[in-house]
Amino acid sequence: MGDGVRRRDVLTGAALALVSGAAARAGVIKGDLPWRPDAVSPPPRVEPGPWQFFTPEELPTIEALADRIIPPDPETPGGKDAGCVVFLDRQLAGAYGSAEGLYDRGPFIQGVEQQGPQSSKTPAQTYRAALQALDQYCRDGGGNGIPRGRRFAELAPNEQDEVLHGLEGGTVHLPGLEAKHFFITLVKDIQDGFFADPIYGGNRDMCAWKMIGFPGARYDYRDWVSRHNERYPLPPVSIGGRAEWTPRQR
Amino acid sequence: MPRRLSHKDVAIVGLGWTGSILANELTDAGLEVMAIERGPWRNTATDYPPNYAQDELRYRIRHELFLRPSQTTFTFRNKMSETALPIRNWGAFMPPNGVGGGGVHWNAETWRFLPSDFVLRTHLTKRYGAHFLPADMTIQDWGVTYAELEPHYDRFEYLCGTCGQAGNLQGKILEGGNPFEGPRSRPYPNPPQTQPFSHTLFAQAARQLGYKPFPQPSGNLSQAYRNPLGVRQGQCSYCGFCEWFGCGNYSKASPQTTILPVLVRKPNFTARDQCEVTRINLDPSGRRATGVTFVDATGQEWEQPADVVLLCAYTIFNVQLLLLSNIGQPYDPLANRGVIGRNFTHQTISDVVSFFDPKKFIFNPFIASGAIGMCIDEFNGDNFDHGPHGFVGGGYMGQVQTNGRPIETTPVPPGTPKWGTKWKQAVKENYLSATKPGTGVHGSMYSYRDVYLDLDPSYKDRFGRPLVRITMDFHENELKQNRFLTDRFAEIFQAMGARQMDKQYRRAPYDIADYQTTHLCGGAIMGTDPKTSALNRYLQSWDVPNLFVIGANAFPQNAGYNPTGTVAALAYWSAEAIRSRYLKSPGPLVQA
Repeated sequence: MGDGVRRRDVLTGAALALVSGAAARAGVIKGDLPWRPDAVSPPPRVEPGPWQFFTPEELPTIEALADRIIPPDPETPGGKDAGCVVFLDRQLAGAYGSAEGLYDRGPFIQGVEQQGPQSSKTPAQTYRAALQALDQYCRDGGGNGIPRGRRFAELAPNEQDEVLHGLEGGTVHLPGLEAKHFFITLVKDIQDGFFADPIYGGNRDMCAWKMIGFPGARYDYRDWVSRHNERYPLPPVSIGGRAEWTPRQR
Repeated sequence: MPRRLSHKDVAIVGLGWTGSILANELTDAGLEVMAIERGPWRNTATDYPPNYAQDELRYRIRHELFLRPSQTTFTFRNKMSETALPIRNWGAFMPPNGVGGGGVHWNAETWRFLPSDFVLRTHLTKRYGAHFLPADMTIQDWGVTYAELEPHYDRFEYLCGTCGQAGNLQGKILEGGNPFEGPRSRPYPNPPQTQPFSHTLFAQAARQLGYKPFPQPSGNLSQAYRNPLGVRQGQCSYCGFCEWFGCGNYSKASPQTTILPVLVRKPNFTARDQCEVTRINLDPSGRRATGVTFVDATGQEWEQPADVVLLCAYTIFNVQLLLLSNIGQPYDPLANRGVIGRNFTHQTISDVVSFFDPKKFIFNPFIASGAIGMCIDEFNGDNFDHGPHGFVGGGYMGQVQTNGRPIETTPVPPGTPKWGTKWKQAVKENYLSATKPGTGVHGSMYSYRDVYLDLDPSYKDRFGRPLVRITMDFHENELKQNRFLTDRFAEIFQAMGARQMDKQYRRAPYDIADYQTTHLCGGAIMGTDPKTSALNRYLQSWDVPNLFVIGANAFPQNAGYNPTGTVAALAYWSAEAIRSRYLKSPGPLVQA
């Protein structure tokens, strides 16, 4: 803000904007900063509830994948219990899943790697096809000597890892899909959910932040910037606060 | 039919740093100014307040503050023989959108270029001989000197409240600053920021190796500051959410925190947001701009008549508007003729990620600011003898780590699997004791005959206009430069006590999906000859004298620094020429 003497002008402008509403804005800015009280855009918070993207058929598969990408250990939950599948469910049901805002005009031509992704499929379409294809691959025995007839979630963890190494290394092919690219996306999405703010459904109870020592949304370290080689003492906070701050249900 | 607005003295396309600076200067001169901005109005309280600005997923991963490729994008190919394909999601660079432009989401690293950078071809030819430069390298002198720009650098630094330690004060070399910088007329307006642990350790190691480390000039404020326009900023809180984010603390220099509160209140200033300029209108002679045409958020087309048009959009969009408006001769790399699209450049960035013993080192990487860091400049520009090395150019290097945000900054040692138990264990072990500078080696990219912009023959934007086509690849000179600089950089981390290092050299081919920086430069460059430049030394179009094109598009080649300080200095330099000379006698300021 500028000089204190200007404050009255700002308030007058804000009051006018409230009276005349959006029409007063109409894309023209003149005389005052186009500021209005309470005009904020906080992120939508993921609430518990029914699955929005994954089908009952897909859930065991994606949950098993999440737990192989981030396996549970005695101190920190795995991808499934950390909420990474809830995160991914809401992301795929939303703007990310539909590739909103990306350039979607054709022609779609496969270029060289350094020209970036050129797929005409949205992430939601890719996941839908890939999870089904992955289960089919496992049911068919996969060519890796895995017994036929079991879905991905029904394989032993070491068998699951073998399939994933195959996807990563380009030896497992899924019909109609770029399996290797899908796997890179899957790993990125599950890990994004693990480390993103818990308001998005993953990183449950800030488990990932506690694991590494990241204090989250604190936003002010002026008291610690000069304290070299000392562990930061405070626990993490989320944009949604901390469990201890939230009134308990009675 | 377009609706016609009332005449203005000046129409400005884009309200980022350069648009805000020019608008403020020209309204001070009494002119009626209209600024037209494609994106929305943005301010701290609504767009990135401190209760939700620190959201890595929303701003960093999902690109909240940036242009959406569905609005417009570019096509890309490495070589002229290839078919360019559209950039469907941003990768190598991040075009801004909205009022404040890149000034909202930058790190606020506020550098000056070296005096020799402005006379590059003359300087290198004199020192090494013309044969030393690759035959297809098209570097040029700028037509303006460091001495001429110095007062304008100074104005921008005092506008921003830039924090730093002078290294060369009126010719006197000062301890603790950058001894290679050009002489500055007065010290920085604010002292350097406080440096966290890893940044401090880097400086100690660099000193042991005989270098002269100095704090990176920062537009994240070390203390509260009131600028010459009377606008105030607060102290940076080292929150670690700077680049890609807006600042919730009013402590990062941006048009919002330095100019707009004053500019918007002037009676002779008007802005329109969510309005995209689609062309510059010319009179029948083609030698005079009559204003601009734009489309508002409802799809309505408008015409804004004006005496002077200033293109102040992002580099490539300035070039696109020139091409779409048939201003200047498009560049033809085969014939080596034409100027619009010529000398397009980016940056040559690399990094060294280092892993230290977690029992001995706790770096707390989340304590950082966008322009924090300790740097050395021994390997920038022509600060060292290139003779034995067989390349030209260079860059600063430093521990300039801006964050410990965990989606982006959870490095694991080379050889670690990318997922699974071993990955999880490595993330946990190394988070607090690894260094990841991000853009640690900030190398120059010089210009070449086959790196350029033109209009794509097949892909279109939402209005049906051709997208700009980028043809770009790395050349051996830059790759040699990068190998040499990255190795020197790694030696410093070795001296810090790193037990393992991941030297991430920049490699060819140029990859449009791999982030470097948003420092795209050139395409409508300044110079002394209309055959090899689109603009004269005042950033005035050679072809249409009432049109000025202001931005990094004017750089004949890119230096080894972040560009914003130089972009802003050019904006003030151009504004002064308009005020003191053009308004008195409208017409070419330089005779071709």
